[in-house]
Amino acid sequence: MTDLPTVPVGAMSEAGAPGLRARRPAGPRRSRAHRLSRTDKTVLTVMVAVPTALVVGLVWLPALATVILSFSNWDGIGGLGTIHWIGFDNYQNVVTNYPPFKPAIEHNLIWLAVMFLIATPLGMFLAVLLDRQLRASRFYQTSFFLPVVLSLALLGFIWQLIYSSDQGLLNAVLGTKVDWYGDPSVNLWAVLVAASWRHTGYIMLLYLAGLKAVDPSLREAAQMDGASERRAFFSVVFPVMRPVNVIILVVTVIESLRAFDLVWVINKGRNGLELISALVTNNVVGEASRIGFGSALATIMLVISLVFITIYLATVMREDT
Amino acid sequence: MSRPQSESEYLSRLVPPSVSALSRRRFLQASAGAGGLVGLSALLAACGGDDSGGGSGTSTVTFGSNQSDDVPKKAYATMLANAGKAAGVDVKVNTVDHNTFQENINNYLQGKPDDVFTWFAGYRMQFFAEKGLIGDVSDVWANMTGMSDALKTASTGSDGKQYFVPLDYYPWAVFYRKSVFAEKGYQVPKTLDEFKALGTQMKKDGLVPIAFADKDGWPAFGTFDILNMRINGYQFHVDLMAGKEAWTDPKVKTVFDTWRGLLPLHQEGSLGRTWQEAAQSLQKKEAGTYLLGMFVGQQFPAADQADLDFFPFPEVDSTIGADTLDAPIDGFLMAKKPRNEAGAKKLLGALAKPAAEQDYVTSDPTVIAVSSDADTSKYSPLQLKGVELVKNAKNIAQFLDRDTRPDFSSTVMIPSIQAWIKSPDDVDSILNSVESQKKTIFSAQ
Repeated sequence: MTDLPTVPVGAMSEAGAPGLRARRPAGPRRSRAHRLSRTDKTVLTVMVAVPTALVVGLVWLPALATVILSFSNWDGIGGLGTIHWIGFDNYQNVVTNYPPFKPAIEHNLIWLAVMFLIATPLGMFLAVLLDRQLRASRFYQTSFFLPVVLSLALLGFIWQLIYSSDQGLLNAVLGTKVDWYGDPSVNLWAVLVAASWRHTGYIMLLYLAGLKAVDPSLREAAQMDGASERRAFFSVVFPVMRPVNVIILVVTVIESLRAFDLVWVINKGRNGLELISALVTNNVVGEASRIGFGSALATIMLVISLVFITIYLATVMREDT
Repeated sequence: MSRPQSESEYLSRLVPPSVSALSRRRFLQASAGAGGLVGLSALLAACGGDDSGGGSGTSTVTFGSNQSDDVPKKAYATMLANAGKAAGVDVKVNTVDHNTFQENINNYLQGKPDDVFTWFAGYRMQFFAEKGLIGDVSDVWANMTGMSDALKTASTGSDGKQYFVPLDYYPWAVFYRKSVFAEKGYQVPKTLDEFKALGTQMKKDGLVPIAFADKDGWPAFGTFDILNMRINGYQFHVDLMAGKEAWTDPKVKTVFDTWRGLLPLHQEGSLGRTWQEAAQSLQKKEAGTYLLGMFVGQQFPAADQADLDFFPFPEVDSTIGADTLDAPIDGFLMAKKPRNEAGAKKLLGALAKPAAEQDYVTSDPTVIAVSSDADTSKYSPLQLKGVELVKNAKNIAQFLDRDTRPDFSSTVMIPSIQAWIKSPDDVDSILNSVESQKKTIFSAQ
């Protein structure tokens, strides 16, 4: 309406006294602080392009290749010209003609349930306990987080010393002769104890970091209103930690679907310790080289993960709007 | 220090000079430069890593070895040094961890394999020959002496050419401790019924009759192989391995039923036990017998080696007898396109001589040299017995995981046999599933 020159908002933030400026030309703002020089642009492009190329080349393209190869029965030998395309035969075989598959899915779901219902809540609980100003809080934090830092080979060795049926600590202390690793009705639970031990520390650290970022005034307000500790946590702190909760959930799901290392080190994922990731490795890596079949297994794993990822993204996107 | 004229000037003075001197831009430039330097030097090092080879003096032949354990590694080093001298070539040995070598074999062969490398006879070798991944060494075989016909057959591919140069083998048999048998007055059984009676007697005496371990999946194949060969004959076994017979055939069911009859005599909890632990239970006199390869001796201390003895698995069918056994052969292959083909063939010729085999066998008393010209004077009584056993054998099999397709043996047979051990009564459903999986794998190409 008015034809007085309008003062652009940015003018106030520049060095020097704010004041009326001459009318700016219409078009893109071109203040000195925002214009990028040519060198800047090149540096930025390179810094973005290199990681993107790595991710696309080392993650996306192989994933795509896996999905494509799952429709073939290639054995990895010979060039790409030797590939026979067999449509959905591999998937049919995986579901109907492959005895380890059903146990593997069951075990992955059990793994997810245990992580979700026991290991993660335990980690959160420990984080809440350590959030106060305890005297030896640093020590507790380190000792809980140590399993996460230890290498896989070391973990396998430690638990072998505990679980060995003839010479292990557990059987010596309990006086039993249980075959912890060899008995298929027991070994999954034995491995889950070892995996939860690690997972709890990891979750504890993530949650502790989130807790420390919670505004202390919220807690004080709850305290002044007369809320007990439990009430304060569940009604005030927990809802505020929503982003961290979602991250914890996603981490738990991903770690359960990805579970592989311990099981592989113990007995290559057989006899009660079948997991989808171990089946993929059994088929693809090594002399077996059933690339097509293994790729079908890997694609199934990808699809299952996508279900959870989609739920997570939908939740996060919904929050932002 | 003048007064700051504006807020931003005041704020900028809060940053110490040492920090402000290092601007973000300069830091990024420096780290990019450092990263580039590291990357460049790594690239140069990788480029410069190729062997120059050849030139003046002796030529070099590269040798890929999977003998990563101490004893075989040293034995191989001696053997290769001597063989290299005899052949007039320099041998460069690359040792890789035993299991890793086998697992990466597909990538290894399609990449840049060493000129000569260790491998096994049997279908596992013929498979690679068919795919054109290994080199033809028939001309080396033309000059070889001391190799029996059975060995030549085991080294021949499906196209009639030889690809494999054997070094040593070890028979699979039922091992026992002489002192235990003497103390308890046991006799070596000649038939399956005698074996069962012996087992019952051992149980009464507080011993586990037959040690058993199948945590790794493959040791149980030995029992399957020998039972199949005793009950159905060598030819049926070979055809079954090649996928020409059905696993749902009643003959195969008979094998599993016979095995189920023997299971009460086997050690319990086999799926959590490694073969090393089972061999130790034989050594500790907790078990009476153990069906395994001669490498069981590796778990016996030197003092107990003389006490170890074996008998061939007893006969089941008198019309078939007991003259077939598993005796896997280890040896060498040549790459399809070796960098030094002439040198590689000369080395293989030298390795096929009895002298090379003796170099290896003297340090490892659990294997036997293949050549009939090999000097057996330094053999232990066990090795001599093994030589007799194989010499008198009419047919030699290579062990299930070397006689059949590797993908079938590792992804189908291992889980299926383990499932059967867990529930021996489910034999029908297990065999049906093995057969249907076999069809998808064997018909694939």
